[in-house]
Amino acid sequence: MAASTTTGNFKVIGTRPIRHDGVDKVTGRAKYGADYTFPGMLHGKVLRSPHAHANIKSINIDKALKLPGVKAIVTGKDLPKAENKLEQAGEMTINPMYLSMNILAHDKVLYDGHAIAAVAATSPHIAEEALRLIEVEYEVLHPVMTVDVATKPGAPILLKDLRNKEEGDKETNVAQHYQFKRGDVAAGFKAADYVIEREFNTAMVHQGYIEPHNAVGIYNSDGQATIYCSTQGAFDVRSLSAQVLGMPVGHIKVVPAEIGGGFGGKTTIYLEPLSVLLSKKTGAPVKLVMSRSEVLRASGPTSGSKIKVKMGATKDGRLVAAEIWMAYEAGAFPGSPVGAGAMCIIAPYTIEHFQIDAYDVVVNRPKTAAYRAPGATNAAFASETIIDELAEKCGIDPIDFRLMNAVKEGDAQVVGPPFKRIGLIQTLEGVKNSPHYKSKLTGKFRGRGVASGFWFNAGMQSSATVNIHADGTASVVTGSPDIGGSRASMAMITAEVLGLDVTDVRPITADTDSIGHTDVTGGSRVTFATGMAVYEAAKDAERQLIERAAKVWEKKPDEVEFRDGKLHAKGNGVPPMSIKQLAPRFPRTGGPITGRASVNARGVGPGFATTCVDVEVDPDTGKVQVLRCTIAQDAGKAIHPSYVEGQMQGGTAQGLGWALNEEYFYDDKGTLRNSGFLDYRMPTCLDLPMIETVVVEEANPGHPLGVRGVGEVSIVPPPAAVANAIFRAVGVRMTETPMSPPKLLKAMLKHRSSTQHSAAAD
Amino acid sequence: MKKTLVEATINGETVEFLCEPRQSLLETLRDVLELTGSKEGCLTGDCGACTVIVDGRAVDSCLMLGVEAQGKTISTVEGLATQGVLSVLQNKFLEHASLQCGICTPGFLISAKSLLDRNPKPTEPEVRYALAGNLCRCTGYDKIVKAVLDAAADIRGQDKSKSAA
Amino acid sequence: MLAPLCFAMPTVVIPALLRKFTGGLERVDVPGKSIRELVRTLGQRFPGIDAQLLEDGDIRPSIAVSIDGEIATGGVLDTVDEHSEVHFIPALGGGVR
Repeated sequence: MAASTTTGNFKVIGTRPIRHDGVDKVTGRAKYGADYTFPGMLHGKVLRSPHAHANIKSINIDKALKLPGVKAIVTGKDLPKAENKLEQAGEMTINPMYLSMNILAHDKVLYDGHAIAAVAATSPHIAEEALRLIEVEYEVLHPVMTVDVATKPGAPILLKDLRNKEEGDKETNVAQHYQFKRGDVAAGFKAADYVIEREFNTAMVHQGYIEPHNAVGIYNSDGQATIYCSTQGAFDVRSLSAQVLGMPVGHIKVVPAEIGGGFGGKTTIYLEPLSVLLSKKTGAPVKLVMSRSEVLRASGPTSGSKIKVKMGATKDGRLVAAEIWMAYEAGAFPGSPVGAGAMCIIAPYTIEHFQIDAYDVVVNRPKTAAYRAPGATNAAFASETIIDELAEKCGIDPIDFRLMNAVKEGDAQVVGPPFKRIGLIQTLEGVKNSPHYKSKLTGKFRGRGVASGFWFNAGMQSSATVNIHADGTASVVTGSPDIGGSRASMAMITAEVLGLDVTDVRPITADTDSIGHTDVTGGSRVTFATGMAVYEAAKDAERQLIERAAKVWEKKPDEVEFRDGKLHAKGNGVPPMSIKQLAPRFPRTGGPITGRASVNARGVGPGFATTCVDVEVDPDTGKVQVLRCTIAQDAGKAIHPSYVEGQMQGGTAQGLGWALNEEYFYDDKGTLRNSGFLDYRMPTCLDLPMIETVVVEEANPGHPLGVRGVGEVSIVPPPAAVANAIFRAVGVRMTETPMSPPKLLKAMLKHRSSTQHSAAAD
Repeated sequence: MKKTLVEATINGETVEFLCEPRQSLLETLRDVLELTGSKEGCLTGDCGACTVIVDGRAVDSCLMLGVEAQGKTISTVEGLATQGVLSVLQNKFLEHASLQCGICTPGFLISAKSLLDRNPKPTEPEVRYALAGNLCRCTGYDKIVKAVLDAAADIRGQDKSKSAA
Repeated sequence: MLAPLCFAMPTVVIPALLRKFTGGLERVDVPGKSIRELVRTLGQRFPGIDAQLLEDGDIRPSIAVSIDGEIATGGVLDTVDEHSEVHFIPALGGGVR
């Protein structure tokens, strides 16, 4: 069901064609990164630290080098010296020294799994044997595993050069402080009838893509390198690898393979520079693939966090003040998404007075990477449960409470600028009017919870070309790896503009030599920004088609128009011409036609979602079963509705896993104890119901087709929605994720004994 | 390590290959036989991306050794289409948009085929139970389950019209 | 340079952590036709604040500029008119950081 407000009679946009790579994907033909092989290819494996925090005293690779089949070994010493400063690498701001240290440890290891050395051998098994022969001497240091430990006075310092602006030259584990303020918080709370204050803790979780990281590196003796890998951003792999390897960006070509999931975790590099380094040393292509255990230990999960929220409302349901303190685990190097979390935590509401202080804290865990709306889910878990509690105190339905305070067009965002056209209210109404919400939930230990979420979405840079072929069909070439079905949408936009059948447009994701710079597939930006570039490129092709037809008809271009997939000469007498008919005339009217466009996309439309879940809690075990789930999300304009629904459902499923079972479990030595899918427990088919979707279409005025990014915000509401549902089911307010059976059971038992106490006291 | 000669029937063809005793069936399929359709997700039998059918039974090929394939009949995703014509299941996955990144799709197709071969009229809970050994991180499973239920109905309909003819 | 009060001027909203440079002022009217001019004038009026916003002559990569509610992409080159409202906010590429 789509509440459509976009105008436009589209022929292709809004339909559900079969994706162009579909046959390859269902027959096993599609080539993912680990599927690549090359003649003479060697296999690489990485030696990883078993310690969370230790100085490296020495590394001896002699014995390992002697193992038959081993061709080369590299350590941190083989990387060029990197500077400790902030630098632009593509669109990202990175610290080259920290990036290099994460690829291969320099003189210190900072998490269980930190890479120390890499081996290339004739088989992956021999490479693994060689790892066991590398001798490393460690001086083990005390692990710092939580923000509490990291910020305690006298805490062991992870990075001796790390400073923040506020502590001057003092060594610290606090990398950054963000603050957002408006009005007078003290006065705001004075005006409140109800004030609720709670502390929340969320556990570190992983994106959980099924495909492990991979890379094949080929270094040629002329100094040119090629990397084949599964990535969300070939251009980022190129610039980051160039940075780490000390190579010119233009000497590296990155070919993005099909990718088996990313969700933000494949927007950075791990194995790629190692594959090139080993290839350089051996003169052969070198393939590295992470095991599942390596993925969990040593790629980029998202932050665990500690969030304190204090919010006040008047008894008629108006939010008046919010005071928030939040600290996120950055992992071994600075860069948690706490700033984004701070900008999202109260984003859906107009609150006159607030102060938000947010801290980025390093700990002995893997360096965090982006995970679908990074920072927002942790934040919403805290704020949306407080909002639920305030609604309950005021005696107002949780959706109505949110409707009363919801931001609309013209309202100021937390960061200041006013919103343009947005669809939060429509998502709240979408849930309110859904068959799910209208149905009665009956039965013991069952409850219904609602939550909303916000994500900015990104614009950034994209390039596109549209090539018209000799038979009048077309290819659309972009640099956006397809992680969710976006290539179909690119073909659909092209087909719509040029009046072609969508099956006559072939969408390609190109390598870094074959298309202009394109930023990462992430930030819910592909359909928005790359779609914008594709639209402009198709329009450019259309202009050229008009010029050519004009030439053929010996008219001026302004006497020709393109309509309904055909070229028409204004006035009478000339029959219209299809592109197919015009194509054979290309050579004599100027040559092949290629439409092109590059954008640094402006006009981003932020995304809102509202989610409703019904749960049933087992009172004896604390297990939560999700009975029913509905998500309403504003897509602006759904180019391919099936893939928009897919993003909404996928994000919801991840959010539910985050809510109920997923967490990183480290022991007191800082060793990760659940580095496999058995104990890092993600939702299976059996854990989830059908996920009902309500696609709201409040057109984004900044995009030619009204598109708003949809990939991320769906993950934001579920943990809070589940917590709110659990409260209504068993009367317990959970303040930590995951709300797994042992944690919920403990909370329920505590709640039961305290209510029994007060009952007995009466 | 010395290799062993193995003979098996894979996707209807008798094949002979050499593999080391320490190579899993998954590794053998992918690296020795170049059948890269089965995917590696975890190597501990938890994600199902490597699911193949061995002597009629759905198996995580990462938990089986290549040498254990001796004399067995094995079906992989590469064998689902018949001379290039997609099976009903494969078509339904495409129609229902049951894949986003597609890495889990081969495993799901094999598990679903195994289910429908055993139980042509599964209920939704039965489908979910049968597919619980296959992890998908992209779709939330909704469109996968719908595709399998739709395929089952389609196949039953075809069989009905075949037997009516 | 004091501009006459009867003419409209772009408004710059100062981020919370930089209000220590402006003596707590949150909203400041500053004359200028480009971001470069606005930042230069801000720096003249509130010494030190421009160094927080600039690096190598352009807006720091860690800062995004919003003009009239839209994230602008031209750094110091972006133009403003007399009614523009400019915000400096942390640059956070979604799904990337």
